[in-house]
Amino acid sequence: MAGPVIRISHLRVDRGGKTVLPDLSLEIEPARVTGLLGPSGSGKTTLMRAIVGVQLVAGGEIDVLGLPAGVPSLRSRVAYVTQSPSVYGDLTVRENLRYFARVLAAPRGAVDEAVVTVDLGEQVDQVVRTLSGGERSRVSLATALLGRPEVLVLDEPTVGLDPVLRRDLWNTFHRLADAGATLLVSSHVMDEAGRCDALLLMRGGELVASGSPEWLRRSTGEQDLEAAFLAVAERP
Amino acid sequence: MSRRVTLATAERVLRQLRRDRRTLVLVLVVPPALLTLFRYVFDGQPETFNRIGGPLVGIFPLISMFLVTSIAMLRERTTGTLERLMSMPLAKLDLLFGYALAFALLAAVQASITAAVAFGALGLDTVGPAWAVVLLAVGNAILGMALGLFLSAFATTEFQAVQFMPAVILPQLLLCGLLVPRDRMAPVLEAVSWALPMTYAYDGLARAVAGLGGARLAVDVLAVGAAIAISLALGATTLRRRTA
Repeated sequence: MAGPVIRISHLRVDRGGKTVLPDLSLEIEPARVTGLLGPSGSGKTTLMRAIVGVQLVAGGEIDVLGLPAGVPSLRSRVAYVTQSPSVYGDLTVRENLRYFARVLAAPRGAVDEAVVTVDLGEQVDQVVRTLSGGERSRVSLATALLGRPEVLVLDEPTVGLDPVLRRDLWNTFHRLADAGATLLVSSHVMDEAGRCDALLLMRGGELVASGSPEWLRRSTGEQDLEAAFLAVAERP
Repeated sequence: MSRRVTLATAERVLRQLRRDRRTLVLVLVVPPALLTLFRYVFDGQPETFNRIGGPLVGIFPLISMFLVTSIAMLRERTTGTLERLMSMPLAKLDLLFGYALAFALLAAVQASITAAVAFGALGLDTVGPAWAVVLLAVGNAILGMALGLFLSAFATTEFQAVQFMPAVILPQLLLCGLLVPRDRMAPVLEAVSWALPMTYAYDGLARAVAGLGGARLAVDVLAVGAAIAISLALGATTLRRRTA
């Protein structure tokens, strides 16, 4: 696809009487892993919800795959994984995935494939409530993979996971991007920034910088991305 | 709307219930147990038991399904599964009908067991046929589900949701004519009772039990149907794709 997959101009979101995103404009390129980084409370989740179309917005425009965010035809093309795992605790991993696969009209084999991707083969017949926090968030992630979405919006998908699994998941994200999917992955830990193709740095509801990790290092003269973030955030 | 998604949802709801053995047992055992209690509380007044026993068989499903649905839907809201479903290609009606189908099935089992105990073991003696009571019971269960689904939108915790039972169901139980005929209530209350769905649910059951069919029973059934449609429509408006 030519041009950005997600195009946001002058997005404004108010929540509970406060302005969370005052005036945000950005673009996300296709077939890449874009990292959305910033401290908690910087508006990452609100931005993601707006892109998926579940957030009430006060103004501005959001185009996803050339369509206004949240229109019915995007619901099978865009997948969203919330920060806290949103799956049924009283069903097994397989029952959860089968249900969502049927809702999405996912192809045969999608359930098994997703289970392998998130490495839950051994827990597949376990009731989700009895899984660890990290395992539960992998079930939630697997759900998002079922319909082979073109755009994947993942809110802190690697929190609480062990380093090996975290590396594997990042490899999976890049494999999906290589296959043509566009991924937006949020994180509040800067050491994950280096794994992204492109970065969006947020602070206080505003975009403070965007570009590749190399660009960020070069433009700030800092090798460490955390230090680079600080340099950008404190720039007048 | 899609039949695939509706059926998948009904199956999923039933699977969740099956996992929760204790709730399932309570839903199926409590109504016949309570009816048995009624039978012996009114040991010296068999005519009272014969009058209210039949309608009770059909009122229990309304109450249980109201409770189960309001908690189940509240959980969908608080655990984020509702938001996830709303971001997927799922019509609101798929979700509503999926729930209705699952609970109608459960209500059919519940009412059949309760009716079997009432008409069999407890010797409940009615003019009308037991199957009519079971059939009306299933309709009432769907009414309970629809009311619970709508009201769950106004609860943010499970504590609040269970309080809707005394707040919403008990007054209707008092005013529906089960305990005291409605024309003997204060005129204001009688007027209010005309606006409450359980009044028609009870009236239909009382007529079916007494073997009185005809136009008035049809009106009761239509009124319950309308109450279901209104509650579902209101419930659908509380399923928001976009939230603050």
